Amino acid sequence: MRLRGSALVMTLYLLFLLIPIYWLVNMSFKTNTEITSTFTLFPHEFTLRNYAVILTDPSWYMGYVNSIIYVVMNTVISITVALPAAYAFSRYSFMGDKHLFFWLLTNRMAPPAVFALPFFQLYSSVGLFDTHIAVALAHCLFNVPLAVWILEGFMRGVPKEIDETAYIDGYSFGHFFIKIFMPLIASGIGVAAFFCFMFSWVELLLSRTLTSVNAKPIAATMTRTVSASGMDWGVLAAAGVLTIIPGALVIYFVRNYIAKGFALGRV
Amino acid sequence: MEKTQNNKAWFLVLPVLVIVAFSAVIPLMTVVNYSLNDTFGNNEFFWAGMEWFEEMVTSDRLHEALGRQILFSAIILAIEVPLGIYIALNMPKKGFWASVSLVLMALPLLIPFNVVGTIWQIFGRVDIGLLGHYLAEFGIDYNYTNDPLDAWITVIVMDVWHWTSLVALLCYAGLQSIPQAYYQAARVDQASRWAVFRYIELPKMAGVLLIAVLLRFMDSFMIYTEPFVVTGGGPGNSTTFLSIDLVKMAIGQFDLGPAAAFSIMYFLVILLVSWVFYTVMTNLDKEEGK
Repeated sequence: MRLRGSALVMTLYLLFLLIPIYWLVNMSFKTNTEITSTFTLFPHEFTLRNYAVILTDPSWYMGYVNSIIYVVMNTVISITVALPAAYAFSRYSFMGDKHLFFWLLTNRMAPPAVFALPFFQLYSSVGLFDTHIAVALAHCLFNVPLAVWILEGFMRGVPKEIDETAYIDGYSFGHFFIKIFMPLIASGIGVAAFFCFMFSWVELLLSRTLTSVNAKPIAATMTRTVSASGMDWGVLAAAGVLTIIPGALVIYFVRNYIAKGFALGRV
Repeated sequence: MEKTQNNKAWFLVLPVLVIVAFSAVIPLMTVVNYSLNDTFGNNEFFWAGMEWFEEMVTSDRLHEALGRQILFSAIILAIEVPLGIYIALNMPKKGFWASVSLVLMALPLLIPFNVVGTIWQIFGRVDIGLLGHYLAEFGIDYNYTNDPLDAWITVIVMDVWHWTSLVALLCYAGLQSIPQAYYQAARVDQASRWAVFRYIELPKMAGVLLIAVLLRFMDSFMIYTEPFVVTGGGPGNSTTFLSIDLVKMAIGQFDLGPAAAFSIMYFLVILLVSWVFYTVMTNLDKEEGK
């Protein structure tokens, strides 16, 4: 009896999550006339035109390429610098470590709106404006602290005896870290990378402020269409659907780690 | 775990320090600089002292935005936390359906913020949206672009849609870590469903739940893109939250001084609340360790 109740709750909740998404997908396969003139629950004049518009126009599809480039760059940078730092926090106590850890976390709490303008000026003055690396570095603001936090949680779970045994066996620090330690926390690295990917992928305010043409992310390309005259609803919906796909793929690959990662890595 | 005292660990932290300093400290200093100066362009600055801070502290505009922000965050937490716990308790524990629910629930979390806004903007429109259309069909007068209350409801439902899964997934992870023996003991004692929740599940979830509340508080307090796309802060100023107001001021009107003073106070409020949460959380960790 209880089981059936749970199933009902879950079904209702999942429907609540999926119906708005379904509506977007539905619209992306309709023609603009069908969207604006009639109300249909599924596309009657099925069309792929909206997707064709996006996939044949460089100013559209380059948005996806740009987004993916800076998201990947950001994930790589964040994880690379966070690994040694998380190790230090999990294994050693050193002068000011607790303050430093909290200070790092505060950056995760800083509203991007506060940083938008200074970032714009900073990156313009060093000539990085409208490059992928600028966005990748800007996103480090919240992703590096997050990655350190998650990785530290995972590393604390690895017994210290492993480190000591490795040193006795004559491993150098670098050798030990890459050959022995990293494989042990592989799932932690995966979870951290997932979160870095996620927060960099969904962020708009900073990435829009820091780019104009060459590195313009897809999310920003979409905002331009919204404000354009003669609203092209179909293309807008198709662009939205295409931004959901990379996220959905990533989730599919890490699905078994998600719950575990949330618990151990304390987000 | 016993930690070794070793100040050389600073070298391992150094890369993080450099990169975060570059992307956080320098911009923050710029903001502090603006907040204390007045400018008429051309990079000429005049010392203004605490003027902007005084102006902002007494500004009605800021007070209203802050009031709306607090109300919004409070409503969000009041809905999402209980709902998230409830969903987590009802999630399938293992097997095929568990993975399906996990994947589907994580889906809204990975949609870019402005696409979330776009989805709800379309979904709620009376002419082309499913929700707006059916509400109109049932004779409910719903229009989020004209009516402040409808705008609020839309923004809140959107946020619940977007983020409840995060709370649920965190609680689910907490629940997974409870050994079966606890439930068996409860059954032997013939504990009620409520007692099981109150004395077994809730204490075990406390840690992750606190993280969930902290994250939801921070993020709802910084919310910008989603309401901006759906309502643009309107109708009037009814959904202008702190970030929206700040961006209007800094980039729209280029009032750098007041905007910077605003930013600093905004940041301090978040910092204060988060510090309280963080202290509670680390204390909780220590107690568990004993």
